[in-house]
Amino acid sequence: MSPRMFYIAFNTFREAVRDRVLYNLIAFAVLLSGAAIFVGQISIQIERLVVVNLGLTAVSLFGIVIAIFIGIGLVSKEIEKRTLYTMLSRPVRRWEFIVGKFLGLAGTLMVNTFFMAIGVFGALLYVAHKFTAPDALILVALYFIILEFLIICALALLFSSFSSPLLSAVFAFSLFVIGSFADDLRGFAALTHGLTRWLATGAAYLVPNFSALNVISAVAHAQPIGLQLILQNTLYALFYTAMTLSAAVLIFERRNLK
Amino acid sequence: MAAIEILGLEKTYMVGFWQKRPKRALQPLHLAVEEGEIFGFLGPNGAGKTTTLKLLMGLVFPTAGTARILGHEWTDPAIKAQIGFLPEQPYFYDYLTAHELLDYYGQLSGVPGKERKHKVEEVLQRVGLTDVKGVQLRKFSKGMLQRVGIAQAILHNPRVVFFDEPMSGLDPLGRREVRDLIEQLKHEGKTVFFSTHILPDAEALCDRVAIIHKGELRGVGAVADLTSTVQGKVEVIWHGTQIPASMKALGAECHVTGETVRAIVPEKQQDAAIDALRRERLRLIAITPLRTSLEAYFVEKLQHSQTTAGTRS
Repeated sequence: MSPRMFYIAFNTFREAVRDRVLYNLIAFAVLLSGAAIFVGQISIQIERLVVVNLGLTAVSLFGIVIAIFIGIGLVSKEIEKRTLYTMLSRPVRRWEFIVGKFLGLAGTLMVNTFFMAIGVFGALLYVAHKFTAPDALILVALYFIILEFLIICALALLFSSFSSPLLSAVFAFSLFVIGSFADDLRGFAALTHGLTRWLATGAAYLVPNFSALNVISAVAHAQPIGLQLILQNTLYALFYTAMTLSAAVLIFERRNLK
Repeated sequence: MAAIEILGLEKTYMVGFWQKRPKRALQPLHLAVEEGEIFGFLGPNGAGKTTTLKLLMGLVFPTAGTARILGHEWTDPAIKAQIGFLPEQPYFYDYLTAHELLDYYGQLSGVPGKERKHKVEEVLQRVGLTDVKGVQLRKFSKGMLQRVGIAQAILHNPRVVFFDEPMSGLDPLGRREVRDLIEQLKHEGKTVFFSTHILPDAEALCDRVAIIHKGELRGVGAVADLTSTVQGKVEVIWHGTQIPASMKALGAECHVTGETVRAIVPEKQQDAAIDALRRERLRLIAITPLRTSLEAYFVEKLQHSQTTAGTRS
């Protein structure tokens, strides 16, 4: 495997750190500490539910905002600022650039999620005073959130490879919203007939199924999550990410850098 | 062996939003640059110089044609380790320091880790950026960024270097230093292909030049040949401000500059001009055959094409 990809990934991570992207952790910490203190004071036996729900939702939303807003500029900004000229005149293949950028952004989000996860567990310990067995399920929810980030990063990168940052943001955010209701879209498709059914089913399977990756509520209610779902979601997210990245590479391989 | 062979590269862009129409940025270009040459690619702004360089760097794809660099297909990624490129008005990751940027580019160019630190220091010294440790590129002036651009192009010791307007943004001292650097690269046996619209730079540096205008190659030649054409005239320079009447009778074009007079006279009237100065007891400073400047050649090539176009229309 080419080391150049990892050099590009490291530089993407370094860029995010230097652009103070990880400062969002401060906002996250303030939000979670405030929530923990507030929930601790009202104390009506739903502390765990509130903290897990709020904490994991915040992890997901903060990450998605970062993924979209960094991801949409990963290629277009490099073209606009012409930093790509000195990159691609080196022995760097275009696919290495795309995959490197993806790995860098995904790495940034994983580091971010790691620190946020510590925050979630810290807040939970503060309100519940101890960990219980169902708390381990939070790790599964965090794992699904990371899978969600992989898909979002790949989508943002795909749009960035042919579109302006503004349009890329609109496309990526729209797909996130539609994908969050993918199950409802499939349900709707089942209720229709003819061409509408065909189109709705196609759209339902084409958009990323984020609703399957969202187990925050189940984890907050300490409901078990089957191994089969973990396996299915893993395969689905990896396949969707790989396909999206392949599309980004295909487009970028043919793009003239005017 | 030719270091660079351009075999009919051409580029047509489709422009317009609704109704796409073709716009030819580069007509089929055939050019060969020998190893160890300093080759100037000259043309006015918008002539197609940058398009040619982008094609050679694989940044845009040709409509037709091909090229070879050091005997290999120009699209071969392996050959890119042997070339260096300075784009026009370069811009770099401004959150990095010059050392970090060069280290990163060194990694991408395959410079081994042990050598990299030493090479980065060496190349920064070579371009005159010695006191920039810890300073992010966002705090660099345009001239300093140009120097970083040159540094990144030569960092990995490439055999062929492409510079797009290398003197752009530099003060006179900086331009002089870059000229010296390009000459050093030639002495090291490297091939330098650089585009410019500043003709004195090309005349001072290049072994050969090509002139491009409106995407079309208008002429190629050795600078020594282009500038040594005696036009059957000589330049006579003498001290003072006085112009002898007999000099005018010889058909001389005289210009007074400060305390010297410069006259262009037909070569066959050379002796008569010297006699005229002797008669008036004027001190002769120099008498030299008149040479065509690169600028004159450049203007001629551009005007010729316009005349031809005018005749065609």
